Amino acid sequence: MRRRFGLQKAGPRNSSDQRAELLLGALACVVLALIAGMIIFVFQKAWPSFSHNGLDWFNPFAGGNVDDQLTAIFESPGNPSQYVFTMHAWPLLYATALITICSVVIGVGFALLSAMFIVEFAPDALRRVLEPVVRLLAAVPSVIYGLIGILVLVPFVGNHIISQGAKDSVAGVVTLSGPSVGVGILILTVMITPIMIAIVVDALRAVPVGWREGSVSLGVNRWRAMWTVTVRAARPAIVAAAVLATARALGEAIMLSMVTGSVGFAPNPLDGIIYFVEPARPLAATIVDNSEGLSVPPFADTLYAFAAVLLVSAAFLSFGGWYIRRHLRRYTLSPI
Amino acid sequence: MRRSRRPQLSNLPRPRLPRRNREVLSDEEIVPWSIGDRIGLAAAWFSGLLLCAIAASIVLYMLIRGLQYVQLSALFEHPVVQSTTTITGTGGGYLDPIEGTLILTALGTLIALPIGVGIAVWLSEYARPAGLARAVESGVEIVAGTPTIVLAIFGLLIFSKSAFGFLSFTAEGGAVFGRSFFIAGMMMSVIALPLIVGATREALQSIPAHVREASYALGKDKISTIRRVLLPASRKGIATGTTLGMGRIAGDTAIVILLLGATLTLEKQGTTPVVSTLKGTGSTLTSYVYGNSPAGEGNSPAKAYAAAFILLMIVILMNFVVDLMSRRRSDPWAR
Repeated sequence: MRRRFGLQKAGPRNSSDQRAELLLGALACVVLALIAGMIIFVFQKAWPSFSHNGLDWFNPFAGGNVDDQLTAIFESPGNPSQYVFTMHAWPLLYATALITICSVVIGVGFALLSAMFIVEFAPDALRRVLEPVVRLLAAVPSVIYGLIGILVLVPFVGNHIISQGAKDSVAGVVTLSGPSVGVGILILTVMITPIMIAIVVDALRAVPVGWREGSVSLGVNRWRAMWTVTVRAARPAIVAAAVLATARALGEAIMLSMVTGSVGFAPNPLDGIIYFVEPARPLAATIVDNSEGLSVPPFADTLYAFAAVLLVSAAFLSFGGWYIRRHLRRYTLSPI
Repeated sequence: MRRSRRPQLSNLPRPRLPRRNREVLSDEEIVPWSIGDRIGLAAAWFSGLLLCAIAASIVLYMLIRGLQYVQLSALFEHPVVQSTTTITGTGGGYLDPIEGTLILTALGTLIALPIGVGIAVWLSEYARPAGLARAVESGVEIVAGTPTIVLAIFGLLIFSKSAFGFLSFTAEGGAVFGRSFFIAGMMMSVIALPLIVGATREALQSIPAHVREASYALGKDKISTIRRVLLPASRKGIATGTTLGMGRIAGDTAIVILLLGATLTLEKQGTTPVVSTLKGTGSTLTSYVYGNSPAGEGNSPAKAYAAAFILLMIVILMNFVVDLMSRRRSDPWAR
C-alpha cells in the first residue's frame, strides 16, 4: 500500500534541518488551530439560537413563517434579556436539502455518462474540444451563472412555463413569478457537473487499460466493458467527486439567492408539477441575503446557527465520503 | 549484415500470400448490443453533446451581451458613486471593480502561496508525528468543503474584534468596521489554500525517491534538498494549484460582499500610500455584477453583463494559462 505521509522520512539531519522541520510543523499547527478556532467560534456564536429553540429548530412541524421569525429577531428589543430567538428553520433546511440532493443526483448521472463519453466513445476531434470545455465550465464564477439565471431563465420560466391558472391556484400561499427551486436545481447542476466530470475522467483513465481489453477479448462489447469493468473500478473516485460536488452545492449562496426567489417557503410536493417552480431559499443564501443584520446580536446568533449547520453538514459529508471510499477501495486498485 | 544479402532475394518474384479474412470483428459482431447497451451509449453521446451545447450557449451568450454592452472607454473610468454605503452602479466605468479584483487576487495568492507550499512540504516530506499529519490533512479537507459564506461571516466575527483594528477602519466609538482588502484577502487565501496544498503535495509525491537519494548522496541535508531539488522540480504543480486558486478567488462573491465593505469605489483609509488602499474598502467584478443584477440594489443589467463579460474573459485567460502550463513536459525525471 502506498504510504500517505512522510514520503521520505529518512535523510541526513542537522540542526538547520531540524529548525526547518519545526518551522514547517509550527506553520501546519497554526493553520490547524485556526481551523479548530473557526469551528469553535461559529458554534459558540450559534449556541443561543439552538438552546432557545431546542429541537424545534429542526422540527418540520414546528410551524411559523421563517421570514416573519427573522424579522421578529431583527427587531427584538435592545435589552439582552428580551432578545427574541424563535427560529423554526425547517423550510430553509428543506430547501437546502431538496436543491442539493436533486442537483447532485442529476449531476452524478450526467457526469458519469459524459466522462465515459470523453474517455471511451468520443471521436478524437470532439474529445480535444470537450476537455478544455469541462475545465472552463468548472471555472466560470457562480455569479455569472446567477446572472444568466436571473436575467434569462427566471423571466422565461415566469412568462412561459408557469400558466396563469397555476399562479392563481396557489395565489393565497405564495407568488409564482419565475424564481424557483427548479431553476436553482438546473443551474446548480450545470455548475457542479464539470467538477465531477474532471475527477471521474481522471479516475477512468487511471484504470489499467488491460482490464478493459481483457473483457473485450472475452467477447464483451465496448459499452459493457466500460460499464462493468472500468466504471466499477473507479467507484471510489466517483464517490469522491460526488462528495466534492455536494460540498459546493451546499455552500452555494450567491447564485441560489439570485434565482430561487429568496422566500422562506417550503415547496409543497402536494402541489403537483408546480412544486418545481415554487420559490424557496436555502441556508447559505439566507446568510447572504440577511448579512446586513449581523450588527443585531440575536440576529447574528441566528445567522451563525445557519453557518454552524452548514459546517456540520460539510464535515459529515467529507467523513461519510471517506468512509464509503474506504469500503469501496477493497474492490479496486484505484489510487484515490 | 542482413541487408547485404537482400539484393539477391529481391530479384525473386514475391510470393503471394493466400488471401485470408484478417479483418478484426467489429463491435456488433462480438456480442450483439442489447437494447440497454444501446440506450447507454446513446445517453453517453447525448450527455457529451449536451455538455458542448451548454458551454457553447453560455460562452456565446456572454460574448454577444459583452460585445453589446462593454465600452472600451469605460474600462478606464471610475464608477460614479450615488451613495457611499451601497452599490448603486448606474453610472461610470468599471475601473475600480477591476482594480479591486486584481488587488484582492494578488493579496489572497500572496498570503496563500507560502503557507500552502509550506504545509504541503511538511505533509509530504516530514509529517511527524503521524497523528498531527492526519489532523492537518483532514483540517485542510474540511476547509476545502467549507462554504465560502461561512468563512466570510467567521472573518467578520474575528476581525471586528478590537485587537484587529489596525487592519480596517475604526469608527468614532471604537467599533472596528472589520471590512477591508486586508481582511477579505486573508479569508480569500483560505479558499485558495486547499488547492495549493493539494497540487503541491501531488507534485512532490510524484518525484521519484532516487532523486532525493541522489541529493543525499552528494551530502545535501534534507532542507537543502527540498529547497534546491524538490521545490524547483514541483514548480509546475505549484503554479497550476496557484492559478486554480486565483481563479477561485477572482470568482468568489460571498466573501467580497461581506468583507470588502461593498463600496463601489476604492475608499482609502489613512494616508500611507499602499496601506491606505489595503485598509480601505472597495468592490470587485463579482460584487459589481451581483450589485447590478436584479438581485442587488443597482439593477442595471447592461452594466452587469459588461462586468460579467470582463470577469469571464479573465477566467478564460487564467484557464488558458493553466492549459499552457500543463502542456509542457510533465515529468522532468523521465528519460
